[in-house]
Amino acid sequence: MMAFMNNSDSEEEPCNERTSLMSAESPPVPSYQDGLPASEAGQAQAHRKRRAGSSRGPTTNIAGGETSGSGVAVRESILENEEEELTLKYGAKHVIMLFVPVTLCMIVVVATIKSVRFYTEKNGQLIYTPFSEDTPSVGQRLLNSVLNTIVMISVIIVMTVFLVLLYKYRCYKFIHGWLILSSLMLLFLFTYIYLGEVLKTYNVAMDYPTLFIVIWNFGAVGMICIHWKGPLQLQQAYLIMISALMALVFIKYLPEWSAWVILGAISIYDLMAVLCPKGPLRMLVETAQERNEPIFPALIYSSAMMWTVGMAKPDTAARGASQQTWDAAEDGRKQLRSPSHAESQMSETTSPVPTRPVTSLEELEEEERGVKLGLGDFIFYSVLVGKAAATASGDWNTTLACFVAILIGLCLTLLLLAVFKKALPALPISTTFGLIFYFSTDNLVRPFMDTLASHQLYI
Amino acid sequence: MAAAVLLGCAAIALGPAAALVLLTVAAEPLLLIVLVAGAFFWLLSLLAASLLWSVWVQLSGREDAALLPLGAAAAVLLQELCRFACFKMLKKADEGLATLSKDGRSPLSLRRVAYVSGLSFGIISGLFSITNILADSAGPGTVGIHGDSPYFFITSAFLTMALVLLHTFWGIIFFDACERRRAGGLGLVVGSHLLTSGLTFLNPWYEASLGPIFILTLCTGLWAFSTAGGSFHNVLKCLSCKGE
Repeated sequence: MMAFMNNSDSEEEPCNERTSLMSAESPPVPSYQDGLPASEAGQAQAHRKRRAGSSRGPTTNIAGGETSGSGVAVRESILENEEEELTLKYGAKHVIMLFVPVTLCMIVVVATIKSVRFYTEKNGQLIYTPFSEDTPSVGQRLLNSVLNTIVMISVIIVMTVFLVLLYKYRCYKFIHGWLILSSLMLLFLFTYIYLGEVLKTYNVAMDYPTLFIVIWNFGAVGMICIHWKGPLQLQQAYLIMISALMALVFIKYLPEWSAWVILGAISIYDLMAVLCPKGPLRMLVETAQERNEPIFPALIYSSAMMWTVGMAKPDTAARGASQQTWDAAEDGRKQLRSPSHAESQMSETTSPVPTRPVTSLEELEEEERGVKLGLGDFIFYSVLVGKAAATASGDWNTTLACFVAILIGLCLTLLLLAVFKKALPALPISTTFGLIFYFSTDNLVRPFMDTLASHQLYI
Repeated sequence: MAAAVLLGCAAIALGPAAALVLLTVAAEPLLLIVLVAGAFFWLLSLLAASLLWSVWVQLSGREDAALLPLGAAAAVLLQELCRFACFKMLKKADEGLATLSKDGRSPLSLRRVAYVSGLSFGIISGLFSITNILADSAGPGTVGIHGDSPYFFITSAFLTMALVLLHTFWGIIFFDACERRRAGGLGLVVGSHLLTSGLTFLNPWYEASLGPIFILTLCTGLWAFSTAGGSFHNVLKCLSCKGE
């Protein structure tokens, strides 16, 4: 099992690599137009053009729900104020829509770390962190962890550039296959290992046929939900679960000091890759924007509601439409991350324009505007909190402090998103706060609180 | 036995807070954000206090426990300072929300925000006080085997509950006092916080510490109730379910 794990590490890259399925899934633009009444199609088109044109402009993308009604231009001025208020109203709602899954993922990871011994045992390292940390001197250990980080980040950069090239030269089938393979591995192999360890921890016996049925069903439904269609909440649940599984793998296999240095380095990389003009992620976004394609629907956690099968539209059109209505401008917001994780972008998506009577759907329209967060962000947030839970000397205060820090970082990032209205990296602020709070709580607060608690003193 | 103690103490300590959050805060996204922001501010104050305390311990070279009264006092004062900072930030956010809204009024009332921020301070302070103790209570062991009180867990749970409620009340009174620029209110909040913390120094003499703390909680609750605009008349009206 161990050897297999190590060998399979080479497949972790593809497993972590999240790429676009848009060519396979989303029908080209005309079919979206076909499914709509002409007026609304014209509306939507004009709306999209305006939005695409003003993608870097001041008009908010968060509140862009004006899909019906009279001329788009007329409504613009009226809606500026509405949009401002809507921005904040939706801003708070969006923040909570992201708080909940991030919290759930962290809870799953922390609960597993605290109960299942397997994920805190040292059992070898990934090939991406080749230097061992079992060295006698502190300086040597620090050097090794920095070298590990350099190796890991280089691998990530190489993979991202490779992916950007694949995307640029339209090797969609390759990307598609890569993505399916990685999801297969996560949903079947890692789940099997996780289930095995949990059963071992609680000393529950399970026979192989039952195990096979359980894993098969879990994995198959997961593949369908993530890559094709499924109820939104089920898809969200699966995305949270695979993020948690990935985070657990990182927590287990990254040596201690390397993990912290990698977390710091990854947030810097994220910042540069997303914001620098020549950053790979930014180039990816711009390429997708030029081609007017939505990117990587299976790799982002989306909090927006999707149309269910019961709606008036046929399934494929509905699904395609829901992806298609992501503006070119907004599609550009979603960016592919480095190999070890998916997008770190947050963007808003509008839901598809309905064919049904407008009034009821206008409200639905507003409800369904959602915010997206890349799965890589989930993974690294959970790695931070999980590492805090695993290594902070059995102390829960550190875990709590890191949790609050990450949530506040996410909140601030969303605030910046509302202000700047362009794709932003979600890692830097949260990770910085998380790291600061981890080290300060572990070294300063813990002795203080322990001394107070032992005398039963309250402050 | 261990699970029973764990669940029981958790329910005692965090039950009221959980109920308050579920009933009043959970439905409103902005208030949830205020909740997390308040927790962040409290953490900052704790960080500062711990830093101060560890510097003191290093400098004075004395034993940790001797500096505890000083450390606790510093922690209390820093918490109140951070409560003030929280007030300033929320006031600004409130004004921002008001300017951005259609009719010039912010979607939140400052009283509600005061209540939620007090609650957030209480929750995070309660969590920090009780979580490690709860984790210990789940495992094997005998309470007070070395001669300490066997009521450690249950009294800790009650103290935590009192503290959570006290923080909530202090939040309401503090924000109101800051809003109306009444130093008396501020002084009383800081004073009662110091008093509460000081009373816990009397542990394990629980009659002297728990009793007065609960009386203090009750009084502070009544004071906060009247500050928030409540009165006996209001209570009667509410209980008799008469229409407005």
